[in-house]
Amino acid sequence: MKDFRYLPGVSTLRLNEEACVGCGQCLQVCPHRVFARGPDRRAMVVDLDGCMECGACALNCPAQALSVSPGVGCAAYVIQRWLKGKDAVIECC
Amino acid sequence: MPAFDNRGLPPLPMFQPAPADDDAPCCGPRPSPPSSPDERPGYRLCPFVRRFIPTPAGPVPEVATRLGVSDWLGWLCVRLGIGRDRYRVAPGLYAVGSPGSESPVLVTANYKLSFDLLRRELGGLDAWLVVLETRGVNVWCAAGKKTFATAEVVRRVGLVRLAEVVSHRELILPQLGAPGVAGQALKAACGFSAVWGPVRARDLKGFLAAGRQATPEMRQVSFTLAERAVLIPVELSLILKPSLWVLVAVAVVSALEPHFSWPLFVRRALDLALAYGAGMVSGSVAVPLLLPWLPGRSFYLKGLLAGAVAGLGVALVRRSGLGDGLAMTLLALAVGSYAAMNFTGATPFTSPTGVEKEMRRGIPVQVLALLLAVGLWIGQAFWRIK
Repeated sequence: MKDFRYLPGVSTLRLNEEACVGCGQCLQVCPHRVFARGPDRRAMVVDLDGCMECGACALNCPAQALSVSPGVGCAAYVIQRWLKGKDAVIECC
Repeated sequence: MPAFDNRGLPPLPMFQPAPADDDAPCCGPRPSPPSSPDERPGYRLCPFVRRFIPTPAGPVPEVATRLGVSDWLGWLCVRLGIGRDRYRVAPGLYAVGSPGSESPVLVTANYKLSFDLLRRELGGLDAWLVVLETRGVNVWCAAGKKTFATAEVVRRVGLVRLAEVVSHRELILPQLGAPGVAGQALKAACGFSAVWGPVRARDLKGFLAAGRQATPEMRQVSFTLAERAVLIPVELSLILKPSLWVLVAVAVVSALEPHFSWPLFVRRALDLALAYGAGMVSGSVAVPLLLPWLPGRSFYLKGLLAGAVAGLGVALVRRSGLGDGLAMTLLALAVGSYAAMNFTGATPFTSPTGVEKEMRRGIPVQVLALLLAVGLWIGQAFWRIK
């Protein structure tokens, strides 16, 4: 998967290292190896640009230490959202 | 209550046993075998169901772990984009092998392609399958749309009375369901705890054999050439319908001639249609296939490049003049760029923030190229006669 790199510096993923309880759930659910365990067993973000903002980590973090604005990475969806507004009900893909 | 006395009359016809196959009247070909005892009025028995296993929560269908002809035909159709949004199985509890109360429980989506892919990898295993109602959408997309979600897992586990079927309290969920299911919330809500299985169904046996441990490879998505190639027909089928309108537009702009003649019209309309086709193919076929090798990270740039090369190629083959050739190349690169940008939605690594960012750059470029192409194309018809 390292052959596929998308735009750098765009991911909205944020980790509050203070709040992390070191359960390792984020390492389990992340499909892109964005996280690793630090020396204190807490999570660290090691590949922020690998993040595709799927939202799995934030939803599965029991300490709410992770936040990301998840969404659908699909052009047709983004166009509809531009046209109809952020809260519109969008039928796509 | 007095016993029924038939006073020596022959029994009513409805009580007569059905004639055995061999005794059937002769005319016509041999009748098809009798109905399965599992058939019910108003229901159709799915061909992948082998038998029904009695459980404390009622009979559960045991499904084949080898795909049949109809499964492969279905696979082919949905991969071509035919009937893709109605390809589903009924949500509920299924079995593979001869599972018992200790057997693992695997959760999946009710997109039949997902269901087939899963059961196909379970040959030789005894397991329960809980199929969620995801409206015929695959696990990952359904998790993103929140139909493969915590609430649906809880609801379905209750509906199928899973707690009566198994003695343990563990669900093996596909890892790609995690954007929709909060593992830690499941235990409190339905008594079953979540274990994250591997990304790919084909790793499930290894995962189970290793004591529910996934290797780092099992946790990571891939996007191999084969995985990309299989998406191409659906990508093409999605732009087929809008393409009809584009072809009408192609005919209209090619008909705008000061001295209209049919041979000239046919030639120019064909040129432009071919340029459009070249853009479509470069964005929806070449970009997916050549994805890691095309320069740039933005898909619109990859599509722009592929479209420009394809458009130029068509112009050269068709021996179009400089002006027409330029217009054709511009059209092909605009279309290729747009189609490639749309492919972001089918990849497993593009972030929505990134897609939006590249769209803010890509769409103005595409619109500009399109306007230039059309302007040049129409203008050419008038300049040429001077």
